[in-house]
Amino acid sequence: MTEERLLEIKNLKKYFPVKAGVFRRTVAHVKAVDDISFHINKGETLGLVGESGCGKSTAGRTILRLLEATEGEITFEGQNLLKLDKRELREMRKEMQIIFQDPYASLNPRMTVADIVGEPIDIHGLAANKKERNERVTEILDTVGLGTEYMKRYPHEFSGGQRQRIGVARALAVDPSLIIADEPVSALDVSIQAQVINLMQDLQKDFSLTYLFIAHDLSVVKHISDRVAVMYLGKLVEVADKQKLFDDPKHPYTQSLLSAIPVADPTYKSDRIILEGDVPSPVNPPSGCRFHPRCPYAMEICSEVEPEYKDYGEGHYAACHLLEQE
Amino acid sequence: MIILSKEKLIDVKDLATYFHTEEGTVKAVDGVSFEIYPGETLGVVGESGCGKSVTSLSIMRLIESPPGKIEKGEIIFNNKDLTKSTQKDMRKIRGNDISMIFQEPMTSLNPVYTVGDQIMEAILIHKDVNKKQARQEAIDMLTKVGIPLPEQRVDEYPHQLSGGMRQRVMIAMALSCDPQLLIADEPTTALDVTIQAQILELMNGLKDQFGMAIMMITHDLGVIAEVSDRVAVMYAGKIVEYTDVETLYANPKHPYTWGLMHSIPHIEKDVDRLQAIPGSVPNPLDFPQGCKYNTRCPFATDKCREIEPEIEEIEEGHQVACWHVDKLEEAKAKEEKEKE
Repeated sequence: MTEERLLEIKNLKKYFPVKAGVFRRTVAHVKAVDDISFHINKGETLGLVGESGCGKSTAGRTILRLLEATEGEITFEGQNLLKLDKRELREMRKEMQIIFQDPYASLNPRMTVADIVGEPIDIHGLAANKKERNERVTEILDTVGLGTEYMKRYPHEFSGGQRQRIGVARALAVDPSLIIADEPVSALDVSIQAQVINLMQDLQKDFSLTYLFIAHDLSVVKHISDRVAVMYLGKLVEVADKQKLFDDPKHPYTQSLLSAIPVADPTYKSDRIILEGDVPSPVNPPSGCRFHPRCPYAMEICSEVEPEYKDYGEGHYAACHLLEQE
Repeated sequence: MIILSKEKLIDVKDLATYFHTEEGTVKAVDGVSFEIYPGETLGVVGESGCGKSVTSLSIMRLIESPPGKIEKGEIIFNNKDLTKSTQKDMRKIRGNDISMIFQEPMTSLNPVYTVGDQIMEAILIHKDVNKKQARQEAIDMLTKVGIPLPEQRVDEYPHQLSGGMRQRVMIAMALSCDPQLLIADEPTTALDVTIQAQILELMNGLKDQFGMAIMMITHDLGVIAEVSDRVAVMYAGKIVEYTDVETLYANPKHPYTWGLMHSIPHIEKDVDRLQAIPGSVPNPLDFPQGCKYNTRCPFATDKCREIEPEIEEIEEGHQVACWHVDKLEEAKAKEEKEKE
């Protein structure tokens, strides 16, 4: 695999204002994404995991500028996306597409499949006439495993798995280089998840796609990713090569997250680290390291100083005071 | 493996629940038989629409009628057939002998009552206590399910609690009258994985403490492996495989069970490619003839497309509904050979 970077995120922040009172004054901020930096190499899959509310979906949407970033830099193929004007951004969107979690809510029920998949082709003017456009739609539907007989049908006529194929086809229609997949299989039945995962892997090979795969299911992320990034309360706590992350997790949060996965083998005995309490509110996150109130190894320094996020060798990034002491 | 007493707590025999809708009859549960012994956990696993939730709602007699109706079968609980019980009798059983927790704790708690009021409701109905005693019992229950500051939490409303805390409240409510059977319908599906671990640990601990049986309904093969003693695998309204948990995972005999296990990524072993089950779950208004899995099964023959196999015991304590158990064994042997 080439180590060429397709996407580079530097110090990205996304804050949402919390308004209160008669004058709707901003009284606080939800720090959904708070100073994260990472990169994605060309042709690889980066898995982004974390629990609900950790900011993983916000991060995905901010990268595509579906949400405007509060601060930071997003460099995609050498261009800073945050500096682009509307027209330039639209041009750039051709290269970056998204697949959503809910295949029921993300397809317009009044549009036929041909129109759903054809819309991005029209917007980006990728087809000279209607015939060419329909040929392209047929070709894409065929690629994702849906026959042409489905072209004139509406989303409600499809099962969940088929709908997610339509979602994939729509993303693929403009021949992008990066696809951000936000929980693409978590709404699907177990027996259907594998179909969509296999499809995504095949497409990656055939069209040399790069994926940012956002999910909360660690077994799925482990299966599909080359590298994995773990988020907790708006921060990245660890990023590493998949094997390294799963074999030798450095951050206590990653360790407990991995140990919490139920294993589909009744003879397997795990040394489970059960975390106390819940994820704190991102409006008023804990001081110092955000994980310290739940961390089994928390020290005095953890509640006072925020640990530095740095490379502990061979691209194994982590942010934890324990590691600095070693 | 715990030693099971031979006395069955609940014995479900040939239960069928249909929904008579305008579009046609949905055979949501179509002749299932299973039993639960005191103190054990029976896992019921299957995908959406397989009938696992309708089975549990039938036991509770919470099927809305019309359109739903228990068509046939018996549910023997404490020597009584629940399918013949009156709603008045059922009210004495629900929440007292059998209680239930649901997937979404926010929608199953009433937002305008405090959690204390909601726990006390069941206690006041089923036990001979006054309000003050009931409140104390509610606080005790909150302590048992691991809610910090129970004296304070008892007066809070559901929206003031996190998802994990709400599920703990649901469990406190369900266990407040010391039930013999707890039906848990996807209790951790809406929760994060670290919170799921907390809740599963809590349920396992309480099961031993209260000596109750659990019917655990889920689609998650990991959760099933972790908590169950025995497992029933459901597909399209039928139980297709039924055995103890070790046997099921070590030696699945139904092609659907085998297919499911191959289609999920396993955290402890890597594969290049998942073996997906082709097609999708059939529409319950239009189930295929014969074995309902025949449209997706790699071993299906003409016989499977014509005659539906009955579930039968092929080894001691291992029931399977399939015409071609031998074909699956051949496939397994071939797979083993390829590995070497």
